[in-house]
Amino acid sequence: MTQTESVKNLALAKAINESLRTALEADPKVLVMGEDVGKLGGVFRVTDGLQKDFGESRIIDTPLAESGIVGTAIGLALRGYRPVVEIQFDGFVFPAYDQIVTQLAKMHARALGKVKMPVVVRIPYGGGIGAVEHHSESPEALFAHVAGLKVVSPSNSSDAYWMMQQAIQSDDPVIFFEPKRRYWDKGEVNTEAIPGPLHKAQVVREGTDLTLAAYGPMVKLCREVADAAAEEGRSLEVLDLRSVSPLDFDSIQASVEKTRRLVVVHEAPVFFGSGAEIAARITERCFYHLEAPVLRVGGYHAPYPPARLEEEYLPGLDRVLDAVDRALAY
Amino acid sequence: MTVESTAPRKPRRSAGTTGTKSTAGKRATARKSPGTEPELVQLLTPEGERVQNAGTAAYDKYVADITPDELRGLYRDMVLTRRFDAEATSLQRQGELGLWASLLGQEAAQIGSGRALRDDDYVFPTYREHGVAWCRGVDPTNLLGMFRGVNNGGWDPNGNNFHLYTIVIGSQTLHATGYAMGVAKDGADSAVIAYFGDGASSQGDVAEAFTFSAVYNAPVVFFCQNNQWAISEPTERQTRVPLYQRAQGFGFPGVRVDGNDVLASLAVTRWALERARNGEGPTLVEAYTYRMGAHTTSDDPTKYRADEEREAWEAKDPILRLRRFLEASNHADEGFFAELEAESEALGRRVREAVRAMPDPDHFAIFEHAYADGHALVDEERAQFAAYQASFADAEGGN
Repeated sequence: MTQTESVKNLALAKAINESLRTALEADPKVLVMGEDVGKLGGVFRVTDGLQKDFGESRIIDTPLAESGIVGTAIGLALRGYRPVVEIQFDGFVFPAYDQIVTQLAKMHARALGKVKMPVVVRIPYGGGIGAVEHHSESPEALFAHVAGLKVVSPSNSSDAYWMMQQAIQSDDPVIFFEPKRRYWDKGEVNTEAIPGPLHKAQVVREGTDLTLAAYGPMVKLCREVADAAAEEGRSLEVLDLRSVSPLDFDSIQASVEKTRRLVVVHEAPVFFGSGAEIAARITERCFYHLEAPVLRVGGYHAPYPPARLEEEYLPGLDRVLDAVDRALAY
Repeated sequence: MTVESTAPRKPRRSAGTTGTKSTAGKRATARKSPGTEPELVQLLTPEGERVQNAGTAAYDKYVADITPDELRGLYRDMVLTRRFDAEATSLQRQGELGLWASLLGQEAAQIGSGRALRDDDYVFPTYREHGVAWCRGVDPTNLLGMFRGVNNGGWDPNGNNFHLYTIVIGSQTLHATGYAMGVAKDGADSAVIAYFGDGASSQGDVAEAFTFSAVYNAPVVFFCQNNQWAISEPTERQTRVPLYQRAQGFGFPGVRVDGNDVLASLAVTRWALERARNGEGPTLVEAYTYRMGAHTTSDDPTKYRADEEREAWEAKDPILRLRRFLEASNHADEGFFAELEAESEALGRRVREAVRAMPDPDHFAIFEHAYADGHALVDEERAQFAAYQASFADAEGGN
């Protein structure tokens, strides 16, 4: 493929930046708001340069108050705007959790469909960057559990660009989890070819012996696991779920009916995590196809550890391979 | 011989009076009017006498040209709102509603502020703003759906620029602020008003709304009905300073108005809305009033407050004082009051019949509007629910 205007090689953070820029250009109702998103361009520079080009009225530096950010975004949405708000880090979303759960998620239903809530809440999430407390968590299940919200997480630059486009166009609130440790990973983005629907999973590597299902930061790991397993003669399929709510159970089912084994990988704690829901539903859907119980690899039921311990806490190559071995041993 | 003191006076009934500093005292001096709370803006006394002095001068002009017809209109609004409210309480007692939050006693604060609004202004209420809803033209029976349990709101907020009732108190002050930020971005001269109470004033969201509205200079009026009680907790449990004084720390003005005085509530709200329209930013209005009834029909105020307190407030009744004024000034005759009584009974009847006729929602309403753009899991569960329900029909058909 030749490198054209519409095909760019972008870091994941830059892909989101370009996507926001595209949306801001296309629709004057799109706003970006959050702490330090203006002049600074965000602590991860995801909104770099936007305020310079779109002005302070559309790229809004907010007071340091997350509930206020989401609460005012709701009001702006009621006025006809499409706010994209940034929560600076995963662990800082909880002051806004009330507004997200009791207001944002339910407003459309409470009004019997007469108002819409096109609000995107961007949250850099996950560990692996050696950060201090509250900067490395994966709270996606806490949002997926709430009806009215949609929850997605891209794993690569192309998805980061397009899923952000689709999230902004959505008339439902979307919690957009950005894998912060992959912000600097580069990938090809074709800004003219939509890869597919927002909530559809994608097979990113075909295989026959076992399915690895993951999203966000863990997709790259699962591809590495599949490479390592291939050296041992095992053929693993890797499914990038992309969306946590809704979950694309049809795609998982199709893959599992082929491979008959499933391991779900996420950084979030295993207990009550998205893997638990996947295991339960896939067991129902694929009971007679499964050769092994659905296994899960994720964080432990303990507070996210200090950075020097996070490699032990987070799923890594060997821990996922260990689960693969156990599933294949049935 | 009595010499009237010119020294600053302390508010008689405010939390932590020992902590009250000179601001309250200065206001008290400027706006003192015999027989009222010192810092209170009052245009009609409980006896129905028009107050006009140095303290009221700033607000008099906002009602200076009010006509007898408009005064009768305010009276009618309050009477009909009270009648509607009483009907709803009865309907709860009769088992037609699951719950009701009565506004009894707060009619003047709500009608006065509600009638200060223009059609293009936007209201963010709590769950007790039945009088404001009335002013906005929301069909009263629409308010009863959520209390009957047939929906969780249901009216079109944009139909009358009256947002859905908010039960997580304080949340709506941020929505109002965001909406007002949008109004400013649009270059419109509409204003936004957020209702909340003394209890909600303790919520972090209210403080954040004050902060956001101040730093963005948003055209919003924060209308706090201090009805003295947050269920069983008196205002003293929420604040150590008079609530209106909180605004000062955020950088915008706050004023306490007699919330049982419809004229003063109208005037002060008009003033605050004018500030919003002129780009002068937010204003906090504390309407000093009293919740005459229980918090809701599930509450029992005898557990926590004395009858004497209620009796003292009954003497300051918002409807009674306007009636006294209308009668004394010959703005209304017996015919007017009799006609209103008949209209009031008709409203009660209409509400009663409408509620009794309100159908239970279809079972599948559970899934409706969970999402605007649909959701695969909702579709799947709806289908499962349909199959489950159909299984009973099959069983019945097979018998």
